[in-house]
Amino acid sequence: MSFEIIGKKSLAEGIVEMDVHAPRVACSARPGQFVIVMACEECERIPLTLVDWSCRDGWIRLVFQEVGVSTYKLGMMNVGDRLYHVVGPLGNPTHVEKFGVVAVVAGGVAIAAAYPIARAFREAGNIVVSFIGARTSRLLIYRDYITKISDEMHISTDDGSEGFKGFVTQLLEKRFAEGFKPNLVWVVGPAPMMRSCSVVTKRFEIKTIASLNPIMVCGMGMCGACRVRIKNEIRFTCVDGPEFDAWDVDWDELIQRLSAYREEESYALKLFLESRKVKGG
Amino acid sequence: MVKPKTRIPIPKRPAEERIKDFNEVAIGYTEKEAVEEASRCIQCPDKPCVTGCPVGVDIPRFIKFVREKKFEEAYKVIKEKCPIPAITGRVCPQEKQCEKMCRLAKIGQPIAIGALERFAADWAREHGISIDEKPNQLMGKSIAVVGSGPAGIVVASDLARLGYQVTVFEALHVPGGVLVYGIPEFRLPKKIVYEELKNLKDIGVNIETGVIVGKTITVYDLLKEFDAVFIGSGAGNPKFLNIPGENLGRIYTANEYLTRVNLMKAYMFPAYDTPIHRGKRVAVIGGGNTAMDAARTALRLGAEEVYVVYRRTRREMPAREEEIANAEEEGIKFLFLVQPVEFLGKSKVEALKLEKMKLGEPDETGRPRPIPTGETITIDIDIAITAIGFNPNPLIPKMTPEIKIDKHGRIIVDKEARTTMPRVYAGGDIVIGEGTVIEAMGWGRIAAKTIHKDLTTA
Repeated sequence: MSFEIIGKKSLAEGIVEMDVHAPRVACSARPGQFVIVMACEECERIPLTLVDWSCRDGWIRLVFQEVGVSTYKLGMMNVGDRLYHVVGPLGNPTHVEKFGVVAVVAGGVAIAAAYPIARAFREAGNIVVSFIGARTSRLLIYRDYITKISDEMHISTDDGSEGFKGFVTQLLEKRFAEGFKPNLVWVVGPAPMMRSCSVVTKRFEIKTIASLNPIMVCGMGMCGACRVRIKNEIRFTCVDGPEFDAWDVDWDELIQRLSAYREEESYALKLFLESRKVKGG
Repeated sequence: MVKPKTRIPIPKRPAEERIKDFNEVAIGYTEKEAVEEASRCIQCPDKPCVTGCPVGVDIPRFIKFVREKKFEEAYKVIKEKCPIPAITGRVCPQEKQCEKMCRLAKIGQPIAIGALERFAADWAREHGISIDEKPNQLMGKSIAVVGSGPAGIVVASDLARLGYQVTVFEALHVPGGVLVYGIPEFRLPKKIVYEELKNLKDIGVNIETGVIVGKTITVYDLLKEFDAVFIGSGAGNPKFLNIPGENLGRIYTANEYLTRVNLMKAYMFPAYDTPIHRGKRVAVIGGGNTAMDAARTALRLGAEEVYVVYRRTRREMPAREEEIANAEEEGIKFLFLVQPVEFLGKSKVEALKLEKMKLGEPDETGRPRPIPTGETITIDIDIAITAIGFNPNPLIPKMTPEIKIDKHGRIIVDKEARTTMPRVYAGGDIVIGEGTVIEAMGWGRIAAKTIHKDLTTA
């Protein structure tokens, strides 16, 4: 397998869209699944949601934010370069059927991850009402894609530069209070945002599915790094998920486990960015 | 030459030196030492040692060649039955297999068969000896092998030698399975694994990494493309203690801990991007080889105190004697007859509460059953690693209902490694649960024979 980069685009500052030649993955991919990529041999294994794919042309599309050393290294790669490793599709596909009205809620870079799911819900005959939120309007990536496949679109920004001023979950709550009652809420984004969302939907008693993003190493059920507590039982996000009923997730534990390597990560990133400067970057 | 009565121990680096790095602990015999040790072999005609070897290496014959300083011939004899002798020479539990059956074991110390096997393999590698050749005749049939661990390696090697076109599918980014993610560098250098795997490529085996059978492609897809499929997907699914606090920060499964260190080279962080927590006081829970590996890894990552916590006594520990002894030499502390009941801490683990146990009547495993006493002790720790065993990987059976499994999730096979699905075979840990490298290889050998038989008589 070559895993050649065949397309690359900057979506916003620090957010990159990349098309990678991976024909086997492209032909098995379904909405809600993810891949693990390694940009280089020394890089970490990074789980990334499959944003789009083409079996006929043999490519997969990934969107990621440069936050740590390995995602920076990935972001530095260009069309024609080859990724060291790509494996997938991993995880279980989203359960898609005709529910009626589905609210798709997404925050930050995860808006891209919501796109194939929103599209699948729409294709299954649902009315799709999308809620997307970001820190500021420039970071509302994939807005056009989501708009195109949504029956209704709601936007929020933390700074009020576009749409509702505040968090996307506050916007969702506002709509619920106004009488909006979808049959299902599907949410993806930073864990604290998903936790807030589950609190809101529980209060309004609307079933909610969340796509989790814990720290992951192997991605195939062998290492247990991505374990989460679901209804007080240990489950592996990679093979049992990545989607779970949002009300069953132990969010506090997930958020705590996500911060496990914060110190190490910032230390490594500092070293990396300094070394790039030295090299005249 | 005077025959030495006692076994020549395999030279090892001193404990105080070796705990500072990840380089190999055992140095291996010199030619002189190997010849001397080999000369102790009494060459008994009924070869009991061979019956103790799951792949049937002709042990007395190779040892005779070592004694005669015909090292290349010795290597060739081993390679007739074992495709990866540099690996098995290092990680086989010889004391429970070939060496246990050795006549000399009854009257003194058995021949150091493992150390001699390793010597022959290392000698051949250092002298550039390669005896792996592509087969002359091709069978015109192709085989898919799922998993590139010990079972898959043997199946691939045996069938490629018979002239089959073999493709091995590996999910991780490097082949070798447990040999690369599970066994530490200081016990099995990865360079050795890659050299042995290179031999596999030399005989025409195609290895494709980054393919998860059951996800990337299915067993059904493989059956369209290949004449037979062998499943050697292992038992990598970690068990949990199911006690409070188990998901606190800095509590690892042994598989995560070892994968970060061995496969992702976290011990070289930040030169490698994958981090690992280096604790001062580390508790490893379990008594098998994996527990020893994790404990000794923690020591090398800079821990001041490492405890192995085991619910029975030293005598019942499933780990290899050599590895327990290595761990003891290196200063690992053992707490026997204790069972973890709770991890304590706020966000990260800070202490481990243990209940003292006593031994009762033997249980179904034949070992005395640990019985709780109600008395507890608490030890302060900042890292915990659980190494209490694995379940078979559930992915393939889940995606392939025709492949029947038992109540433990192991794939059911007949004694010739056939699964309940036509043209699909299985072996290794996915069939036996948790076995050793060589047991998995033994299953690979059985499966290869059956596949060849079925494809040539059908």
